[in-house]
Amino acid sequence: MGMALKNSSKSQPIGVIGVGSFGTAIANMLAEKNEVMVYARKQEVVEEINTQHSASGKILNPKIQATFSPEELCASCGVLFFMIPSAAFLEVTRTFAPFLHPYHLVIHGTKGLAVQLADGEEWDTLKKLRRKQILTMSEVIVQETLAVRVGCLAGPNISKELSDGQPAATVIASKYNEVIQEGQRLLRSEKFQVYGNSDIIGVELSGVLKNIIAIAAGALAGLGLGENAKGLLISRGIVEMAHLSKALGGTASSVMGLAGIGDLVTTCNSPDSRNFTVGFRLAKGESLSQIMASMEEVAEGVNTIRIVDAFLKTAGIRAPITENLHRVLFEDLSIEEALQFLMKYPFSVDVDFV
Amino acid sequence: MEENYIKHQYAPILPEKDEWPVVKLARERKEFVKKVATLSEGRILDLIGKNPEILKEELETTLYREKLRIKQNPWDVDPDDEGPFWGEVKSKLLQIHTEVSGSKAKKLEAYQEVLRKITSRYSEEIASNFKASHYKFTRRVVTYGFSRLLNAARVKGFGSLFSNQFTLQDKIQITGQTAQLRELATKGTVVMVPTHFSNLDSVLIGWIISVLGMPPFIYGAGLNLFNISIFAYFMNALGAYKVDRRKKNMMYLETLKTYSKEAIQFGCHSLFFPGGTRSRSGIIESKLKLGLLSTAIEAQRANFQNGITDVSGKIFIVPVTINYHFVLEAPGLIQDYLSMTGQERYYKENDEFSTSYKISKFLFKFFTKGSDISVSIGSAMDVMGNYVDQEGKSLDKWGRVVNTQEYFMSNGKVTVDAQREEEYTQMLGKRIVEEFHKINRVFSSHLVAFVAFELIQAKNAKLDLFDLIRLPQEDLVLNYVEFKAACQRVLDQIFELKAQGKIDSAPHLNRPMDEIITHGLDNVGMYHAKRPLIKDAAGNLTTEDMSLLYFYHNRLHGYGLEKLF
Repeated sequence: MGMALKNSSKSQPIGVIGVGSFGTAIANMLAEKNEVMVYARKQEVVEEINTQHSASGKILNPKIQATFSPEELCASCGVLFFMIPSAAFLEVTRTFAPFLHPYHLVIHGTKGLAVQLADGEEWDTLKKLRRKQILTMSEVIVQETLAVRVGCLAGPNISKELSDGQPAATVIASKYNEVIQEGQRLLRSEKFQVYGNSDIIGVELSGVLKNIIAIAAGALAGLGLGENAKGLLISRGIVEMAHLSKALGGTASSVMGLAGIGDLVTTCNSPDSRNFTVGFRLAKGESLSQIMASMEEVAEGVNTIRIVDAFLKTAGIRAPITENLHRVLFEDLSIEEALQFLMKYPFSVDVDFV
Repeated sequence: MEENYIKHQYAPILPEKDEWPVVKLARERKEFVKKVATLSEGRILDLIGKNPEILKEELETTLYREKLRIKQNPWDVDPDDEGPFWGEVKSKLLQIHTEVSGSKAKKLEAYQEVLRKITSRYSEEIASNFKASHYKFTRRVVTYGFSRLLNAARVKGFGSLFSNQFTLQDKIQITGQTAQLRELATKGTVVMVPTHFSNLDSVLIGWIISVLGMPPFIYGAGLNLFNISIFAYFMNALGAYKVDRRKKNMMYLETLKTYSKEAIQFGCHSLFFPGGTRSRSGIIESKLKLGLLSTAIEAQRANFQNGITDVSGKIFIVPVTINYHFVLEAPGLIQDYLSMTGQERYYKENDEFSTSYKISKFLFKFFTKGSDISVSIGSAMDVMGNYVDQEGKSLDKWGRVVNTQEYFMSNGKVTVDAQREEEYTQMLGKRIVEEFHKINRVFSSHLVAFVAFELIQAKNAKLDLFDLIRLPQEDLVLNYVEFKAACQRVLDQIFELKAQGKIDSAPHLNRPMDEIITHGLDNVGMYHAKRPLIKDAAGNLTTEDMSLLYFYHNRLHGYGLEKLF
């Protein structure tokens, strides 16, 4: 299908799925060099974009066209950016699946993990997870669609700073060089540097695992602790991320890059981020359910902690920060006790993974 | 024999042998060999970026390795003019070094000439010597000879030598997607990828292909097999081209890959043993050698590039498992495995399947005693690992038609991207391994060997494999009752996996457990001097050779059955 469209490659627009703050920022950056077509689920958002060039108040480049038809978007575009919150990722992917072809290049910017439950297992009572049951977002795409040439976008990319045109960088990870090269070609600009990495699993995991450490960073701030404590946390956090990433199929070296250290430092210094806020309020004495009740979206780190804690039970490794946060979030351990526990934990070696 | 196996008579799918791609290829052998040499030369030049210095280095490396091989590991089958040929290469390189000066282009040209000589030699060496008349003769001899042996052994009394009660198909059962395979072989090009446990596999598969009424497949047979003249005859007759695993230099490997790719594009059905060599450990191949497999993907892409987008240009990957009670070479294989675990690099290719006498002895035993073999033909896939239907159309997990060409397209065109195809090859390799596990057919002998080894291991949980193998005989006795119970547990789990489509089992596993065990004990490694598993006088079980037990046990590795212990 769509041979005529495929042949007119020069004028093919780039597809962006999702018009949240990150999706809008990326769409605007793409629109500097290309036609862009965005997908939004609600008709009124589509109309707002097409007539007023804004999405829920965020300004969009006039070159950006919107559609609410996944079919139209897939038929028009060869390269698609999936910029959707992780909670909606599976559903949106399934919506697009019938229209995705093996020739599509798909790059996602979602930081999260999906879980496949076996028959009879329930998420709420789940205690153990094997690696096979945990999917990164690229694994979701490959499992649910015919697309194979998949990549991810990760790094310290606060949407507001990107929209303001401040200098920043990101990493595009894919097993396929052509995906990395295409992503670089489309996104690179004077203000935006794009690095490549072939370890897509390691890069996705870096972006996911750093949310755990971000919660801990918020907690330290909430306890009123200073920069020494933060430095300690970041460095131990990196060690923990490296071990977890390896156990889940990534490499330790990706944790050293933009998607790991880069994003971790940024997030640990962003009091506005959701994960940081969860930690901060926990330290102020609120319970998880109180915090959740007043937040619009779930902080991704909370899910990640549950998934990783369940994975630890089958992997036979320890991850003290994650385990203790899990006890704080779900088992009534106080933040102070968790901190004490961590200070007494017999870490004997500074760096043991490189 | 077994309950529900029906023998089929398969009519040939291409009755006229002139139409066989392999015959056409044989007719055009000379041009084909030349084409392969030229294309290989081009490939190598591309790989080294047409840089004369790198080409010089590669030529020197090749020369050095070849000289070393000739000195350290010569085989009967090696041609006599090898020494002089490489001597000439050496003096030519020396001459270029001293005499050719000046421009890069001139140097490149001079080195390229040497390269051309090498690829031509390799191409000629690899190419098969298929002759249709030999093929027919061999086929008749094999079928006739084997059935005489069979009937002599099984039908008692005078005249048994001329009885036709038993045919080879009683001995070797063919199960699985045979109809689909036959159908697809008339439509596109088939690449068959079997598991590899024994040198007998090559002959066996050749026979299977002929029984199924298909024209001969070409395949890469280890050059060591050509050391034995009778095998060499068979191999040539079956359309085998030669793979010399001693030659690991880039020039040889590229020529080999080009040969395979071009033959597939020519329309020749092909056969690779994707494990590369026989499984040393007895484990079903889990890491495949991807070199030859990548040629299937390359050929598919080239067909699309050349605009052959209908089914005639399509390449079908068909996994096959060969299931034995007994692997003749098992003692040697497992010894290799144990001594080289983790250090394959230092392993020297040898061939213990060495004399015609040994083989004849084995064949005689094989046909006169009751050890069965089954060959499971898996579902065909496209080169991306999607299943295909009877028409050769690729289907995705949800049964929707997939256009395979789209995997090779960017910006609306079929493009060449070596790195992409490398990834695709890995994906295909994984899919083949998955399919191997699904169609693997469990025999009673696999079950008893697995259970016995696991029980011994569980009793000695602190020992590693090497200590286990050195355990004294008295520590190796298993109580029958306990053994039987464990067999039942494992068999139940196997049936559960079978219900999920993750494994297959032979019909004899539906018998009562005591019979299964007896059947298994009678058959497991039945012709080895030291049996892997026997019943002792007290009715308990013991092993005479722990490493062989380990070998046969490994057949059920990779299903998580270990967790039951």
